[in-house]
Amino acid sequence: MSKILIRGAKVLGGEPQDVLIDGETISQVGAGLPAEGAEVVEAAGKVLLPGLVDLHTHLREPGREDSETVLTGTRAAATGGYTAVFAMANTFPVADTAGVVEQVYRLGREHGYCDVQPIGAVTVGLEGRKLAELGAMHESAAGVTVFSDDGKCVDDAVIMRRALEYVKAFGGVVAQHAQEPRLTEGAQMNEGIVSAELGLGGWPAVAEESIIARDVLLAEHVGSRVHICHLSTAGSVEIVRWAKSRGIDVTAEVTPHHLLLTDELVRSYNPVYKVNPPLRTERDVLALREALADGTIDIVATDHAPHPHEDKDCEWAAAAMGMVGLETALSVVQETMVDTGLLTWAGVADRMSVKPARIGQATGHGRPVSAGEPANLTLVDTEYRGLVDPAGFASRSRNTPYEGRELPGRVTHTWLRGKATLVDGKLT
Amino acid sequence: MQRHLISAADLTRDDAVLILDTAEEMARVADRPIKKLPTLRGRTVVNLFFEDSTRTRISFEAAEKRLSADVINFTAKGSSVSKGESLKDTAQTLEAMGVDAVVIRHGASGAPYRLANSGWIDAAVINAGDGTHQHPTQALLDAFTMRRRLVGRDAGIGQDLAGKRITLVGDVLHSRVARSNVDLLHTLGAEVTLVAPPTLVPVGVERWPCEVSYDLDAVLPKSDAVMMLRVQRERMNAAFFPTEREYSRRYGLDGERMAKMPEHAIVMHPGPMVRGMEITAEVADSERCTVVEQVANGVSIRMAVLYLLLGGNEPAVSHARTTEEK
Amino acid sequence: MDKQEQQDKRVRPELQASDARPVLEGPDIARVLTRIAHEIVERAKGADDVVLLGIPTRGVFLARRLAAKLEQITDRKIPVGSLDITMYRDDLRMHPPRALARTEIPGDGIDGRLVVLVDDVLFSGRTIRAALDALNDIGRPRAVQLAVLVDRGHRELPIRADYVGKNLPTSLRETVKVLLAEEDGRDTVLLGAKPAQ
Repeated sequence: MSKILIRGAKVLGGEPQDVLIDGETISQVGAGLPAEGAEVVEAAGKVLLPGLVDLHTHLREPGREDSETVLTGTRAAATGGYTAVFAMANTFPVADTAGVVEQVYRLGREHGYCDVQPIGAVTVGLEGRKLAELGAMHESAAGVTVFSDDGKCVDDAVIMRRALEYVKAFGGVVAQHAQEPRLTEGAQMNEGIVSAELGLGGWPAVAEESIIARDVLLAEHVGSRVHICHLSTAGSVEIVRWAKSRGIDVTAEVTPHHLLLTDELVRSYNPVYKVNPPLRTERDVLALREALADGTIDIVATDHAPHPHEDKDCEWAAAAMGMVGLETALSVVQETMVDTGLLTWAGVADRMSVKPARIGQATGHGRPVSAGEPANLTLVDTEYRGLVDPAGFASRSRNTPYEGRELPGRVTHTWLRGKATLVDGKLT
Repeated sequence: MQRHLISAADLTRDDAVLILDTAEEMARVADRPIKKLPTLRGRTVVNLFFEDSTRTRISFEAAEKRLSADVINFTAKGSSVSKGESLKDTAQTLEAMGVDAVVIRHGASGAPYRLANSGWIDAAVINAGDGTHQHPTQALLDAFTMRRRLVGRDAGIGQDLAGKRITLVGDVLHSRVARSNVDLLHTLGAEVTLVAPPTLVPVGVERWPCEVSYDLDAVLPKSDAVMMLRVQRERMNAAFFPTEREYSRRYGLDGERMAKMPEHAIVMHPGPMVRGMEITAEVADSERCTVVEQVANGVSIRMAVLYLLLGGNEPAVSHARTTEEK
Repeated sequence: MDKQEQQDKRVRPELQASDARPVLEGPDIARVLTRIAHEIVERAKGADDVVLLGIPTRGVFLARRLAAKLEQITDRKIPVGSLDITMYRDDLRMHPPRALARTEIPGDGIDGRLVVLVDDVLFSGRTIRAALDALNDIGRPRAVQLAVLVDRGHRELPIRADYVGKNLPTSLRETVKVLLAEEDGRDTVLLGAKPAQ
């Protein structure tokens, strides 16, 4: 493999430096590195980050290849600056056996745009009744360490307790989709002022908060660790903050859309804003930003949820929940966290690469940008501003809530173990 | 007013008064030997009902036929049609047939809004009830009934409902009638009080332009009109209230309670009534109860809305003309 | 008359009026109404089955005045009402919908009666065509006649008036405006120039 010299990039937003990639690793970082024998990428003014890691992606394969495949999903990931994604288990069939997780893992490796680390289901068929063979999935070639019934909540307290206990044997983590099912029967959007007016079934914040409260206490009781998916309310932030202060081993994620959008958008009845958990209020958005800044929320995860056009081009109640997010995540984080002064680029690297890699045990990802480390890198033009045009998405689906919105920042280059997957904004 | 009638909240005070005044003239057509006007001759109106509602459909149909529109009834009830695409596909099919207006009843809140704003069709959209969201023509016919009874048939022309105290009782949470009425009555200057068990009041109601009370007996003496909302028996199973008996005892209207209302006050109900639940037969059949009148007024109101939306070259309630050309 | 002009007239009637010249003043109007009343009695042989229906807005005031005069002459109560023709107009589709005016048919109806339609200005004849259609849906008069204050010509339909206050030859570039005390504060008929398009 050849050498690549990234010249003059602001590493983690700091002073301009040159970064030399040799084969799969970073060989040198410093000022004025010699260009000879290397392909030069002029990066003056741009920010260089470790390749982003998404702990929460729906790749839809197997089963819903009409909305996304491992190939199109990983191309979308590379476009968004990601070098590793964790693929959620709610596929058809469900990723609740070693066979399915190995298939997804292998597809990711073959396509080579982005590492794909499958997440295993906690319960058989995501039905919440019987534990899936967690150990077998861990021992498979996919080496699953993260388990989640995402899309559904592990609402049975006993099953949740057993899962938390069981994964301790091999250092796994259960990622909980916190949604009390009875409180959210028929729920269509955040319960509050807007739902009262629109006549859409309310999704109370307490349906999320009560499960998080229960699960952090369970994690404490059995001495395990728990990860909270897509935390969306100010109350959830308070509970996680309290749990951490007590020393409970809990980590939490927030999605880009919950950092930016509110339930006011639902007034359009446009299902592109229909998502689980639902868009909340301005107060929640501000609390989530603050929590991400102070570390109460550990990471940003996209919950990239592709859906075919027809599943969104209909009335609200009939529409599918979810938004694509891989290709806009970094821009939304820049808009809500960096440009607002809440987070530095080093902070972004921490929340979008280092910490998610650590939680998911993605070896080789989320490493420092220094000599000897794997060359998983993302180069960002942070000065760029442009309108989001879903027609240009690499994802197979277009269900973005940001169509036509101006967002800052654009990933120009992504390198996966020294191999460029994105050059000048174009996939290789 | 826009091209469509989706929500009572979209109407200005002047729009609403114009609709009520126009309905007053339309009501006179019912007294004629030939109950028909040529106004919408050559216009096609589709009644697109995804939910059963014989009374609302018949009311719209009568209004459309009295205005000489060509009427197509399309009932696409619930489960037989696959969800989602069906609304769009059905709409586009109708559009291809050259439909001028779609009167839509749908179980999903926001479906008429989507139909009007998604670019699927060009036709005017009239909301005939969507989920638990809105039912604007119901609110208009209720306001029309109140104005006739509380202000006067002729004295009411050009007037709103300023200062009238209107009480809505019952399942506010699941009621599109309540939402539409609160919006419209507030626009018309009335003072609205909602009375319901706390379980049947939506979270977020504090932003609505009305008062909320849990005590029916306290509110009755201060009401010019009391509107009883239907309470579906199945709500009991979802623990919104313990038993039917307890509900009627606390929130039902019987003769004794009706006696607490001022002499002139009326009792209203959007129908269909559940006698013995929210209203006793004695009250339902009393002189003060306007249920039958409301049905007749529904036709006049729907004629007025159809005329004002479809009668001209552009739908225009806000700038209807009053001067004659010579 | 275009929409803009209509709005101007509604908002600023005086401005319009000042540009125009009166062709009938108050006393003239009273005189021609008296004459028309006599003609009706004459032609209807006593006017015992006459019903006057004014076409809103100003036709209604004229009908009421005519009825009063007829009552003076015949010493009998003359039924008078109004007939709104808005929903029968043939130009509905060319404008935004108009607010409706009142249709008030006198108690005994119009079946078998002599209906005299009353309007302020007879122009294209389209209003009267609409009025005939509207009458058709209300009953079956013995006969229908038409009384107008001003006939300005330029008929577009085979319609003529039975009683005319004043024949006023006009060009299509002119406008005729009838002002009546009940609505406008004074009685006068104005002939003015149509504003340049």
